[in-house]
Amino acid sequence: MMPGAGSRRAVALHLAVIAVLFALNFILPEYHRGIFSRVMVLAVFAMGYNILFGYTGLLSLGHAMFFAAGLYGAGLPLYHLGWGVPESFVVGLACGVVLSAAVGVLALRTTGVAFMIVTMMFSQVFYLATLYFTTYTRGEEGLVLPQAARRVELGGVALDLTNPASRYMIALAMFSIVLLATLALVRAPFGRTLVAIRENEERMRMLGYDVFRAKLSAVILSGLFCAASGAAYALLFGYVGSGFASIQYSILPLLWVLLGGAATTLGPLIGTLFMFYVIDITSAYTSAYLLLVGVALILLILFFPRGLLGSIRERWLPWLP
Amino acid sequence: MAAVSVKAAVPLIETRGLTRDFGGLRAVNSVDFWLDGGEIRAIIGPNGAGKTTFVSLVCGRILPSSGAIRFDGRDITRLPAHKRVLAGIAYTFQITSIFPRLSVYDNVALSVQRRLLKSGRVHGAELDRGVRDVLGRVGLADRAATLAGNLAYGHQRLVEVAMGLALDPRLLILDEPTQGLSDGEIETFVGLVREIAKEATILLIEHNMHVVMELADRITVMNFGSVLAEGAPEEIRANEEVQRAYLGTGADG
Repeated sequence: MMPGAGSRRAVALHLAVIAVLFALNFILPEYHRGIFSRVMVLAVFAMGYNILFGYTGLLSLGHAMFFAAGLYGAGLPLYHLGWGVPESFVVGLACGVVLSAAVGVLALRTTGVAFMIVTMMFSQVFYLATLYFTTYTRGEEGLVLPQAARRVELGGVALDLTNPASRYMIALAMFSIVLLATLALVRAPFGRTLVAIRENEERMRMLGYDVFRAKLSAVILSGLFCAASGAAYALLFGYVGSGFASIQYSILPLLWVLLGGAATTLGPLIGTLFMFYVIDITSAYTSAYLLLVGVALILLILFFPRGLLGSIRERWLPWLP
Repeated sequence: MAAVSVKAAVPLIETRGLTRDFGGLRAVNSVDFWLDGGEIRAIIGPNGAGKTTFVSLVCGRILPSSGAIRFDGRDITRLPAHKRVLAGIAYTFQITSIFPRLSVYDNVALSVQRRLLKSGRVHGAELDRGVRDVLGRVGLADRAATLAGNLAYGHQRLVEVAMGLALDPRLLILDEPTQGLSDGEIETFVGLVREIAKEATILLIEHNMHVVMELADRITVMNFGSVLAEGAPEEIRANEEVQRAYLGTGADG
């Protein structure tokens, strides 16, 4: 990337977004603070998806499995083995890394439509596995993690994850880390490598880049972020169920990223937030709210074909990362 | 002891019995080829002679059906393409293959970045210097910020060459680099290749005989997947077999 003034502006913008989200904790009414907590956690899921889809150009239809790997990886040890919150969270991350490495090695032998199908199949296997092992997962019904188990002792201070304020702050902390990591990534040589692979894979190979290794690294990083989101979701909101491993949760991050703007750092947040509020507002007026959601999406595609931030970048703010 | 000038004992590129089949078609047929360091070598031949397939085997874009390739004495027959690039073989595509949605600067930066990554970390200033240097050499310094896809065709060819050049290769393979260029652009291009040849060995596929005669130290002629003749430009010009292959006169001549 050409060195320029855009970089400092971009860092300032990201810090400002984090500051605004911090301030909102004290301003938002309880109901909306709850929505924002959820949105920030799920935006991490979308950001993980964006690494692979937006920046690397690989469309996966199986990311529910990485989210669910984090969800179950953290939820099961806490529920069945009585493990603490930090250990469970780490297990969730580890599950995401191991699963994405294994799936990546196999699925990256394909490209394009075949890659979509292969990732979707792996994800379905994961989903069916959560139903098969009903003894431990309770399938669709799921597990409700006991409130008493969802607390952390940090240097003598007890954090209750069921408390809305600490929930919001933990969600914000994780969101900020992943957002800044993404920003650093896209400006680093590795990020430029991924974008260039998206643009012209064969040329990259002939420039001496190990394309397979770069793509595998992208899958694993994407899997790690999605698993972090899933693990945090389980621990913060206390519910672990098969629904989160279903195909719907593979489509949702794609939708959030497309709405916000693929290959933009802030797009996933905008897209997730937009989607939550469109559903929230329309469902207050009519039971046919999905119809209105559909209309809203069509309008958005008409006027913002590259997603909200993507189109803004194209027209007005070319320095947006 | 006085330095003695001798023919290099180890050629830069050496192929033995190099063969590649596509289904029933033998595109490259048992080619023995030898290229010394420091040379400019042109490969010529009618369409479908196997020239592009041959250099693709050398740079690793495709793997041979049989035979062996050595680069500077080292067997690279099974080495994947990206590792050959790191070893010093750069390839520029016959059909322009750049990053159209990235700026000219970013196109070349990817190449410079790869070279710098070889020796560890990439520093912004070093990267910038490398990119500006290469853009200056190919004459694209004032186009740095343009999207590569918006450049005129001739300039896109130069981006292609700049990317190869930025790798600082030992062997630069140019696959029909002057195709589609204007006469003026070709003159500039010939000068550029001479300039590059001071530091790198050049393997050039070219149809423009003027460019070939102007640049090549030696010429290899391919026909039907095999080497038909090899020699200095004047020898090739006088070679009857070569004339037949090009002019298409039959065995009755």
